[in-house]
Amino acid sequence: MKVLSKIVKYQLQDAFRSRWLAAYTLFLIVFSYGLISLTGDSSKVVLSLMNLVITIVPLISIVFGTVYIYNSRDYIVFMLSQPIDRKILFLGVYLGMCISLAAAFITGIILPILFYANYFVNNLADIFIVLISGIFETIIFIGLSFYIAIKNDNKLKGFGISIFCWLFFTVIFDGILLMILQQFQDYPLEKVSLLIISINPIDLARIWITLSYDISSLMGYTSAVIKDIYGTGWGSFITILLLTVWALWPLLLGLRNFNRKDM
Amino acid sequence: MTAITAENLIKDFGDFRAIDKISLSIAGGEITAIVGPNGSGKTTFIKSILGLVKPTSGNIIVNGVKLNGTFKYREQIGYMPQQASFPENITVKETIDLLCDIRNKTGDLSEELINKFNLQKEYNKKIKTLSGGTKQKLNAVIAFIFDPEILILDEPTAGLDPYASGILKDKILSVRKGGKTILLTSHILSELEDMAENVIFLLEGSIRYNGKVNDLIERTSSSNLERAIASLISGVAV
Repeated sequence: MKVLSKIVKYQLQDAFRSRWLAAYTLFLIVFSYGLISLTGDSSKVVLSLMNLVITIVPLISIVFGTVYIYNSRDYIVFMLSQPIDRKILFLGVYLGMCISLAAAFITGIILPILFYANYFVNNLADIFIVLISGIFETIIFIGLSFYIAIKNDNKLKGFGISIFCWLFFTVIFDGILLMILQQFQDYPLEKVSLLIISINPIDLARIWITLSYDISSLMGYTSAVIKDIYGTGWGSFITILLLTVWALWPLLLGLRNFNRKDM
Repeated sequence: MTAITAENLIKDFGDFRAIDKISLSIAGGEITAIVGPNGSGKTTFIKSILGLVKPTSGNIIVNGVKLNGTFKYREQIGYMPQQASFPENITVKETIDLLCDIRNKTGDLSEELINKFNLQKEYNKKIKTLSGGTKQKLNAVIAFIFDPEILILDEPTAGLDPYASGILKDKILSVRKGGKTILLTSHILSELEDMAENVIFLLEGSIRYNGKVNDLIERTSSSNLERAIASLISGVAV
């Protein structure tokens, strides 16, 4: 644990001085501030932030993660020539990335909200859920990017798979789901659709936010189905559980591959 | 005393056999050069010793420790890769601190290489602002700073100016006198001839020669190591 915390410390030192991280934070601040000052309606702001959480945050996380692993290959090889456990090094780099991107996300969202704090007095719980969802999406997509970049030595291929992965979960997946629902519309599909959406981390975040916001019926078929079946409390619990599973499995797969990989 | 032993070492990358049944012993307290054309298996062999590449079969023993996923043995190794890369937004001093922290040791910051390379004046500069040569100097300092028993130097003088290269060669020879084991690769064979007692010549993943440098020159009736290696490549049996 000591070595792990030391690696995380230096990873964070490096990340917090990075221009890219500063640019990401600044973008989030400008986006959130613009949204609040232009809309002026806290409910609409929360919904727009949700869209940020389910599109931009996963994209930035998967791109940063993939580029980082490819650019740091020589550094990783060098570190592995030191007396250090492979798993610890992987976890150190992963945690450093997760913490720095999550911190950028929280800062970028919170600062403008604090500036307009009185607008959001009644929406504190919603803001909290948006933040937690954003952190989950950051962790999940960094985990995926690390797994993809470690599995594929070819940068171009790895980068392509990462972008496709993001596109799949944000756009293609819902298209496939709609197609299935339309094709089998004569059958009771509530439980099946529930099962299908639980394999998409972006839908899970969307569902969690909309469930808590009591506008699920406006936000698509799947959210309405989940609310119908579980009610808000259970629905939220299950989505958090599934998001946790999503946060863990790419990490574990990445760790397993890294441990076996010839560097 | 043997520092590194390889027993029937095989490494396959898919269908390609990078190392083909290598068995050898590397003497402790001496300088051993590993030479061979590109793709002959030098880097794979070095990476196997460092645990970066997992052998398909066979064993490697470093200072009596059989490698099977262990990492503690690397405390005794100083490695200088051909091209090291460090997190670009941390400073030279922080990079050295990082390695001291990981090894739980205080590096010897009065180390002669730091002074001779005049690296103190770069301490507070971020890695991304350093020239390639300065990064390579830092790379060399890190390999030596913990006074390891075994030094593995992969093309150590590549990227260094002749002055810095001379300083590094002197340092290699002085630690050799201190009884350290040094394993090095270089494409500049005259440089190896000046420093190494032993040479291992690899071709297509197999050992074609493993012995004293002088013996090789004599047995191939060559005037120097470069010509001796050329003879080996052209098929002269030794």
